[in-house]
Amino acid sequence: MAQSHPPVGTGPLARREARLAWGLLLPTITAVALVVLLPLLAIFWISFKPVKLADLRPPEVVLREDIRGDKDVAGGEATLRYRLRNSSQEQPINGVTFADVMPDGLKVIELDERCTLSGRALTCDLGDWEPGAREQIKIPVTVDQVFIDNAIRPQDSAAITTGQASNILTNSTFTLDNFARIFSGEEFFEVLWITLFYTVFGTIGALVVGLFAALLLNKSFRGQGILRGLYLFPYVAPVIAVAFAWLILFDPFSGSANALLVQMGVTQESINFFGERPLALIMVTVFEIWRYFPLSFLFILARMQSIDSDMYEAADIDGASPFQQFWYLSVPQLLGILSVLFLLRFIWTFNKFDDIFLLTGGNAGTRTLTVNVYEQAFAISNIGAGAAVAVVIFACLLTFSIFFLKYISREEGL
Amino acid sequence: MRRGYLTAAVLGALWMVVLSVTVAVTMSFATGDAFRPSLSFSLLWGGLVGMALIHKNRVRTMQILMASWLLTSGLYGWGALQFGEDTTPAASTIGTLTLAAIFVVSLTKILEEIAPGQLTRHEFEHAVIRFLTGFGYIFFTAIVLIPFYVMLMTSLKNQAELMQNPLDFSVDLSKGTDLLRSYEELFTQFNFDTYLMNSFFISVLTVFITLAFAIPGAYAVARLRFRGQAAFSRSILLIYMVPMIVLALPIYIAFSMTGLRNSFWGIVMIYPVTTIPVALYMLQGYFRGLPSEIEEAGLMDGLSRLAVIWKITLPLSLPALASVSLYVFMIAWNEFLLAFMLLDDPSKFTLTRGIASLNSSEIPRQHLMAGSVIATVPIMALFLGLERFMTKGLTAGSVKG
Repeated sequence: MAQSHPPVGTGPLARREARLAWGLLLPTITAVALVVLLPLLAIFWISFKPVKLADLRPPEVVLREDIRGDKDVAGGEATLRYRLRNSSQEQPINGVTFADVMPDGLKVIELDERCTLSGRALTCDLGDWEPGAREQIKIPVTVDQVFIDNAIRPQDSAAITTGQASNILTNSTFTLDNFARIFSGEEFFEVLWITLFYTVFGTIGALVVGLFAALLLNKSFRGQGILRGLYLFPYVAPVIAVAFAWLILFDPFSGSANALLVQMGVTQESINFFGERPLALIMVTVFEIWRYFPLSFLFILARMQSIDSDMYEAADIDGASPFQQFWYLSVPQLLGILSVLFLLRFIWTFNKFDDIFLLTGGNAGTRTLTVNVYEQAFAISNIGAGAAVAVVIFACLLTFSIFFLKYISREEGL
Repeated sequence: MRRGYLTAAVLGALWMVVLSVTVAVTMSFATGDAFRPSLSFSLLWGGLVGMALIHKNRVRTMQILMASWLLTSGLYGWGALQFGEDTTPAASTIGTLTLAAIFVVSLTKILEEIAPGQLTRHEFEHAVIRFLTGFGYIFFTAIVLIPFYVMLMTSLKNQAELMQNPLDFSVDLSKGTDLLRSYEELFTQFNFDTYLMNSFFISVLTVFITLAFAIPGAYAVARLRFRGQAAFSRSILLIYMVPMIVLALPIYIAFSMTGLRNSFWGIVMIYPVTTIPVALYMLQGYFRGLPSEIEEAGLMDGLSRLAVIWKITLPLSLPALASVSLYVFMIAWNEFLLAFMLLDDPSKFTLTRGIASLNSSEIPRQHLMAGSVIATVPIMALFLGLERFMTKGLTAGSVKG
């Protein structure tokens, strides 16, 4: 009798399952690759190139055609005119050509030497162009009755132009200028310090406030559901709505907060909350805490409700006071979720853009790295420098992620 | 510290400060009149009443006595609440009365276990916790409600009224439908009907596209065995952490060059990709929790894998699908950055982009706030109606910020 072995390697069933799995994942992988991985590679590429906002429109040949002269009389003489120009004032275009179909009933008297005519197809070869170059090609023609009857204007058939321009995004110019630009000067370190302040205090603040809110709601009473829903409002509402509401509430001239403070005698003059250093930075951090405490509150509450209540009863019998129970029983149980929340919130706060951008636009000492990307790319129109800042952000993110992956395994199911 | 007198006095004084500030802010916002908490009188009366209340704290007459004392001193101008010259007598009486009544009732509750002499650690800490709880409820309710209250009320007033007294949010009901004028103008002159429709369609499409991608993906990650499964499930998390601002630049460039910028479909293409990782992560967690025996039984009965997903797994995960859909809808509805960067043409704006365009000095700000209310109300209504699903969905593995 033949000896029987356990199966070795992957069997046909397992292979089929793996094939199905990859089949199911393929659409997602493609989509994510196209919209996440490709842009990530692109941002590295761009960060080494001197790209300006204006470079995004590649130079092209702009062409207009018309006919002038006795074009309404049979046998009349007219001029078919092509006006062309290079749309860019900075870059040359090489090998410019254009092709057009001439309308029926026009007889060419004399052809420009750069053009050839075969049948009714006209092609012209205009060579290389300087930046901002203009050309005019005039073709004198006699008009036939056919042309008049057809009522076709020359511009009805679109002329096709070709020409190669060097594209800064695809050519082989690479420089380190963008990085040199963002790292030189004290401004970068100021931005980095602001980012860290915002991130560290925003994260810790949201966790502490969230923990307090969770402790409040960690008992069942009537209306608990309503309060929980209410406390989630800041997180659920559109950022644009709440950011503008804050701006109006804290407006230096007609904001209710200032009116209230003046009335209560806290301050004599109105305070420009979002316009002064270092108050603006504190305010955007407070906004961050306000907007994201609901999230930590929700997670901490979920964790609290899964803690076994027997433990507290036992502690009660042993005479542990409420604060002792919180410190020695609850906190150790919550440490896992707190550390994961800290890392996640840290990463997301570090990446936050909309909130600061809407509140201060990065003014008054609130320019974080993310706002700097936008500033460089769109305010100074230097896309390359913006990409370089984005690369810096991405490098920080990778570092955090390594920490994150080390900790996430401890708190599975988040 | 753990003497009953001292505890009662300190807690009473602090509690009076909390309550007088609360009542002053509430009355100011409600009437626009001047109300000011007095720190010194708050501490004084709060401490004294606190000490008085612990003696016979369960006797109704003592409470009434203390409340009337607070009331009279308040009305003579020595109270924890002070008034401006223009404050109407009715408003000041209501304010003082409310403060006195609430203070005595709530402080009695806080000091429930406190006796004049030495306290046990339990009694002391319970009192402190009750104080902190009361403070917490007031604090959180205030910080959450005030911005939304200001948003709503500003949208109902006009610029001149607000400049005159920024605290006066009282609504003049005699104006009738004229109160809603800024809303009407947004819809008739500022295209908000189009924006609302755009946002709605984009969000719904995003939900469907996201689910179409995420359901098969999540199932594969959760149930099927293949090499690289663990690595895949981690890379979902990583991708879900990539900041949008880093991706926005190349997307802007690519969309500019292909002509997808400024188009409805460009936005519909890009939004799902930002939500697929979240949805995938949430769903795979849920699929893992489903008992696999039911599916195996289905396989035994001759159903194919796809049929099992369609006929067994999906019907079982309807609650999870609901919460994921809600969450994705919320992300798409609230999205601002991409809409702001990619859309320039006012006829294609989403709601958030439309509101951003109202932020100019020429447009009165009640319009800005009315726009904010229009964007907030649908998502809030959806959220409050389906809060159970939403919180479950949020905790089921998403902390997208």
